[in-house]
Amino acid sequence: MNAMNPDGYTTADGRRIGPVLMEMKSITLRFGGVKAITDISFDIREGEIRAIIGPNGAGKSSMLNVISGFYVPQEGEVWFRGERRGPMRPYAVARLGIARTFQNIALFDGMSVLDNIMTGRLTRMKAGLLSQAIWWGAAEKEETANREKVEKIIDFLEIQNIRKTPVGRLPYGLKKRVELARALAAEPMLLLLDEPMAGMNVEEKEDMCRFILDVNDEFGTTIALIEHDMGVVMDLSDRVVVMDYGRKIGDGTPDEVRANPDVINAYLGVAHD
Amino acid sequence: MSDQLLYAMEAGLNGLMAGVMYSLVALGFVLIFKASGIFNYAQGVLALFAALTLVGFQQGQIPFAHLLNTIFGTDLDSFGWTLPAAVAILLTAAVMVLLAILIEKLVLQHLVNQAPIILFMATIGMAYFLEGLGDIMWGADIKTLDVGLPQGINETVESVTDRLFGYGFFIDNLDIVATVVAALLVVSLTLFSQYSKQGRALRAVADDHQAALSVGISLRFIWVLVWSIAGFVALVAGIMWGAKSGVQFSLSLIALKALPVLMLGGFTSIPGAIVGGLIIGMGEKLFEFYVGPLIGGATENWFAYVLALLFLVFRPQGLFGERIIERV
Amino acid sequence: MFYREAGDFKTSYASDSQTFPIRFDRWRYYAILAVAFGVVPFFINDYWANAVFVPFLIYAIAAIGLNILTGYCGQVSLGTGGFMAVGAYAVYKLMTAFPDVPILIHVLLAGGITAAVGVLFGLPSLRIKGFYLAVATLAAQFFLVWLFNKVPWFYNHSASGQISAPERAMFGVPVTGATATAPVKYLFCLAILFALAWLARNLTRGTLGRKWMAIRDMDIAAEIIGVNPLTTKLSAFAISSFYIGVAGALFFSVYLGAVEVGEAFGIQKSFLILFMIIIGGLGSIFGSFAGAAFLVLLPVLLKNLLVGQLGWATDLAAHVELMIVGALIVIFLIAEPHGLAQLWRLAKEKLRLWPFPH
Repeated sequence: MNAMNPDGYTTADGRRIGPVLMEMKSITLRFGGVKAITDISFDIREGEIRAIIGPNGAGKSSMLNVISGFYVPQEGEVWFRGERRGPMRPYAVARLGIARTFQNIALFDGMSVLDNIMTGRLTRMKAGLLSQAIWWGAAEKEETANREKVEKIIDFLEIQNIRKTPVGRLPYGLKKRVELARALAAEPMLLLLDEPMAGMNVEEKEDMCRFILDVNDEFGTTIALIEHDMGVVMDLSDRVVVMDYGRKIGDGTPDEVRANPDVINAYLGVAHD
Repeated sequence: MSDQLLYAMEAGLNGLMAGVMYSLVALGFVLIFKASGIFNYAQGVLALFAALTLVGFQQGQIPFAHLLNTIFGTDLDSFGWTLPAAVAILLTAAVMVLLAILIEKLVLQHLVNQAPIILFMATIGMAYFLEGLGDIMWGADIKTLDVGLPQGINETVESVTDRLFGYGFFIDNLDIVATVVAALLVVSLTLFSQYSKQGRALRAVADDHQAALSVGISLRFIWVLVWSIAGFVALVAGIMWGAKSGVQFSLSLIALKALPVLMLGGFTSIPGAIVGGLIIGMGEKLFEFYVGPLIGGATENWFAYVLALLFLVFRPQGLFGERIIERV
Repeated sequence: MFYREAGDFKTSYASDSQTFPIRFDRWRYYAILAVAFGVVPFFINDYWANAVFVPFLIYAIAAIGLNILTGYCGQVSLGTGGFMAVGAYAVYKLMTAFPDVPILIHVLLAGGITAAVGVLFGLPSLRIKGFYLAVATLAAQFFLVWLFNKVPWFYNHSASGQISAPERAMFGVPVTGATATAPVKYLFCLAILFALAWLARNLTRGTLGRKWMAIRDMDIAAEIIGVNPLTTKLSAFAISSFYIGVAGALFFSVYLGAVEVGEAFGIQKSFLILFMIIIGGLGSIFGSFAGAAFLVLLPVLLKNLLVGQLGWATDLAAHVELMIVGALIVIFLIAEPHGLAQLWRLAKEKLRLWPFPH
């Protein structure tokens, strides 16, 4: 099967999938005595859209938090771009090129849309304190250059008209879009989306799907997303990991997963033994 | 036993007694924090206000006399009677309940769902307001508060320790009374919150506002109730502190000491408030006794805060608080 | 009618992000500067300098400092009085040790020393949050005041335990001490305030300001998008303390001249500055000015009205002032958490559309 090729392959619709970008090896995560994740392994390849699905409480969000460095697993290894990633603070993980959105929107309510998106560029702005203080030289150039990048993302996500609005005043769907913009502004290698469609109506969901596909297509960004709604995910993703009760019960293309008896059981609610 | 050790023991015991006083104020903080998540900076000023009001009632002062005299050119001073302590205490308790209702109506109601730090700053504003109000109502001069509590050296303790160690400890009767009162207060509050209907409602609110609302508990009633109780606790603390060192502005500053007590004990734990108070009370007396002379003395001014600060850095949730798990 | 942005198009990102994007605002700003630097010094006398202008300028510096920490970075501090004391004692030690160095250098160095102390006391902010931190900063307040009271080295072993500012000059003109004139004191403080406010404005609209605000609004999310909480919080403590230290140094050397630490820099001072930024507006440079002006003018006005006009006793007037300030704090937190600055902004929004609101 072409998905096993270590150097990558080309999908049916002509997108290029590259070698492995991130690999999780036998991850186990505990909170006190409770195991949130038990011995899970999977990989994410360059350029693909990778979904993690499962019922409520399956451990999906914990998994995403492990990838973004917010939780450090007790056992297992995290590999990124061919190197083992030791335990590091979340801000250091962000600087490796991993950006994310949050299930319960985590925007900075006191700042405008523009400033929120500009925070996505913080890891790339290097002007010194003195230059910033006198607003001269490196700081001013950097501000303008990064503003241009951010304006492109604003155009891309069609939020020009709310540029200067304080984020706190926006409706839910737009907040989700601004959050995506902030993550994109970091120009990440790997973009993590935590239930990007949660709480949206059908129209908003369609918009969000289109943006996710466009991001992947235009910027070649690798995307890992969590959803508990099967339908949307199956259309969107190249490969799917299915979790239940902290364990991995399925992994493969949407069609393979759909045919997996364990997955069917988990979703139709057959008793666990 | 060496003299040095005996003196230290005496200082430690006195510290424990002072700690009880801190605990009394801290108790008021914990009650309000548990029920409403509000960190009530004004608790100390409540104690001052209660003590001022009590003295005012006892001596038959006319409230706002100075202000009225200034505006209308009258010469009001007092009603010319003195009330018995019990009656004055009851009247003051009634004033504290009235104050609780006003605070709920005028301030808290309008600040529902605000960030904790905003509420905290609002209580600082309330503290200023109440301080000014208390001074205008009753005058800002230092008053002596006397409700008939025993004062002075406890001779039983002195003679017993004299027989045991050959050195009589100086323990103030008032401190012993305060300890007994604090113990009674804690027991009755615990019984109240465990076994009464309102007490159960209170614990429900402390646990989860929304859930409590949905089973038909009136949040506003609970808030008035809890601020009334806190006002009553403040009254008790005001009586004790006032009898000890006179009713004056510094009373509200001494009450600030309750803050490090809480940081040590955790903001939600009544036993924590007691134990924290005892640790701080004893710690600062012993520190002053051993280290104070080496570095110039008066270390009581900051010892409690620095201890709490260092402690917090290593255990942010306090002695009895629950461990905080961060989520996104 | 004249106050609008129509026709005032921006053609570059730089001009879009300037401090006063509307032309009329820019002109008014230049006009105020011209009056402050060019007109006031010729009319100012000792009463106006000491009662209103000099304290206003100094408190504005302190308020900007606290606003950086509390309004922009979200770390509430009740230790402002203690940090002002550090600035005051630092400048005193420098002034007496190096009499020939211009006073400006000493003031700035005092700010630097305060910044270092601020970072030290800011370290716990990495573990402690919200009002836990606020209470922890009380440790700084009480410890520092005690330190300056008890260690004779800090007050050069003077018998009274006070510190008093000797005469020191800038370009040969005395700025501190008995011979310093009102216009000189005023201009000295004004120049420092102007420079510091300009720097603060630049810092808060750029990269560092966004990091501060990200930490303020949601610290966990900020860390996940790549903000290092350690360096960000400590930079806020350092810069904020620098401002507060400079304010403390000026408060002692230029304004009061002689200081008893518990009286001038006690906990009440911490609250006063906190109130200034609440009333003026958290997270607003303009708000720091507005709050400082308000709380400097209020007592002066009340005193003139109640004591001067109506003949009240001073202590009664002081208590009324306490009540008014307390009530104002509560009212502002309830009705307008963003303070006077927000009221001003709303008024301008209205003006933009006036006289045709539809």
